[in-house]
Amino acid sequence: MTEEEPKVRIKSLYKIFGDTPKVALSHVQAGMSKSELLEQKGHVLGLRDINLDIPGRKIQVIMGLSGSGKSTLIRHLNRLIEPTSGEIWVDGEDVLAMNDKALRDLRRFRMSMVFQKFGLLPHRTVQENVEYGLGIQDVDQGEAAERAKKWIDRVGLAGFEGHYPGQLSGGMQQRVGLARALATDAEILLMDEAFSALDPLIRTDMQTILLELQEELHKTIIFITHDLDEALRIGDRIAILRDGEIIQASDPQDILMNPADAYITDFIKDVNRAKVVRMRSIMGPAAPAQGAPVAVSDTIEEALQKLHAAPDGCCPVMAGDEIRGTVGIDAAIQALKAPAAAGAHYS
Amino acid sequence: MLDFLSEFPSLGRRDLSALRQWIDEGFRTFSRAYGEQLEAFFNPLLRFLVWFQDLLTDAPWPLVILAIAALTWFGARSWKITGGTIVAFLLIGIFDMWEDTMATLAMISVATVLCIAIGIPLGILMARWDRAQSVITPILDVMQTIPSFVYLIPVVMLLGIGKVPGLLAVCIYAIPPIVRLTNLGIRLVDREVMEAAEAFGASYRQKLWGVQIPLALPNIFAGVNQTIMMALSMVVIASMIGVQGLGVPVLRAISNQYLALGLMNGLAIVALAIIFDRVSQTYGKRLQAYRETGRD
Ligand SMILES: Nc1ncnc2c1ncn2[C@@H]1O[C@H](COP(=O)(O)OP(=O)(O)OP(=O)(O)O)[C@@H](O)[C@H]1O
Ligand SMILES: [Mg+2]
Repeated sequence: MTEEEPKVRIKSLYKIFGDTPKVALSHVQAGMSKSELLEQKGHVLGLRDINLDIPGRKIQVIMGLSGSGKSTLIRHLNRLIEPTSGEIWVDGEDVLAMNDKALRDLRRFRMSMVFQKFGLLPHRTVQENVEYGLGIQDVDQGEAAERAKKWIDRVGLAGFEGHYPGQLSGGMQQRVGLARALATDAEILLMDEAFSALDPLIRTDMQTILLELQEELHKTIIFITHDLDEALRIGDRIAILRDGEIIQASDPQDILMNPADAYITDFIKDVNRAKVVRMRSIMGPAAPAQGAPVAVSDTIEEALQKLHAAPDGCCPVMAGDEIRGTVGIDAAIQALKAPAAAGAHYS
Repeated sequence: MLDFLSEFPSLGRRDLSALRQWIDEGFRTFSRAYGEQLEAFFNPLLRFLVWFQDLLTDAPWPLVILAIAALTWFGARSWKITGGTIVAFLLIGIFDMWEDTMATLAMISVATVLCIAIGIPLGILMARWDRAQSVITPILDVMQTIPSFVYLIPVVMLLGIGKVPGLLAVCIYAIPPIVRLTNLGIRLVDREVMEAAEAFGASYRQKLWGVQIPLALPNIFAGVNQTIMMALSMVVIASMIGVQGLGVPVLRAISNQYLALGLMNGLAIVALAIIFDRVSQTYGKRLQAYRETGRD
């Protein structure tokens, strides 16, 4: 895959919470761990040496357990949190070098955000909430109302314009949050556990809405979650954080097939692999096969029927009309088993 | 040695009286030098207060009751409160307390407006800078706890006896709640909502007027309410330094042991308090209809 210039680039970013973060930074750079830092120096290590290139027009998921630094990381991108050291670049522009005005413009026009607890303005109606970012952009009232209306319709809230957030269910409130973020037409969308507060069914709904919108809008979405299924469903790329460090950043299939260490192996062990592992991850080189063709993007579950029906247990793997490889039923069954050892390869 | 322990080693009587004299002299010189300027500074306020009081007392009483009833209706939108207000004012008139009540009403209204005009910006300042908070909070503590008679002394020395010193005394006593509750209300605004405003690039002003003040309104209104109540409770003390109104007959009643007179005027003050309280509370509630919806 040829990589273009990343939309967002994070370079050796550190964040330490405490009274003298600069002093603590030198200890961290000398190799002190998060727990040692807390015990011996009374500082909290938020992020350690984060390096991440986020491609444009894709969904980059950042995943990790509670306290791993996900919120801290995403808030650095629009500088709601100032780093202790490191660099952040957006469209080749140095975010940390921005003055107040430039930073505000970045937030007004180029990045918008969706929050876990919605962050809606309780004293404003749905319509007024969605207009909020436009008001700050100084868009005139008539146009703002029109644009807000359009996004309210898009997220399926037509008819609720005059309601207050307090009158809506959680799922509906988050649709307002999403519409508010989309209404500004910012190219980058930051979503901090945007769906985590919702019931499983509603959450799946919201994921579907997001994916449908993304198919058309092609925003650069940075999506935080602690839920692996969610990450695998929507992520084009996934970065996994632990104790403020990125342990693996890759595409979802690669993480499933080649977990970087025991922690990630453990992380992915409960996932339903039949639904997430795709043919392109398990196929071998093209070889004669008697089964019906399967697609590179088919999951094991989707392909299993054809694999089973194939007399030799092998099917050709196609991308469009082109044969890309061959997959055997043994490989498929093998892939259902979670990789046992760290760094194991299954290709 | 024992003497030293049983008797506190205080300053000698002579030193002490010299110290007091020095302070008093200093303040007198100050008030001689700046008293007139201060009076001139407060003159517009005095003129407004006099004008307002004359307006209330000179206007035909039915018109005044009508105006008050209209204001009550506008504020509370409740027939009960409006009706109660009309009855209260009719009774006040029947018991011959109309003029004093109008004087008190004028005084309290002006004092409240003044307290709001100064108090809310102060509260905003305190919410913005922790530094301001740590300076202003102890001052407010002193203003609320120091016996009012103590600050009546310098006020009277500076401005003499009359409406303006009375107004100042009332304001000193009544302003702390509005300042405190404005500060508190702003600080209590949900962090996530503030963060959202910030993330969308709102400026300080946009955050203040678009998010913080509207969401702090319940607390700000509680502050206004308390300020009015405290101002009313100063009516009698203010009348000691020459403020006309319901406090004057109460004072007379105290010194002459006129029980009925004291009671009637006292009840008139209570009636004003209840009206102000109900109207400002229901108005405050109406401003945030969005809260009525159950969820948050
Ligand atoms: N303002 C702060 N002061 C001190 N420590 C902080 C602060 N903010 C975050 N931390 C610490 O930084 C670490 C990362 O926190 P962060 O909120 O980024 O985690 P998270 O991955 O978003 O967790 P969650 O899933 O619970 O939201 C935690 O150890 C947290 O205690
Ligand atoms: Mg978080």
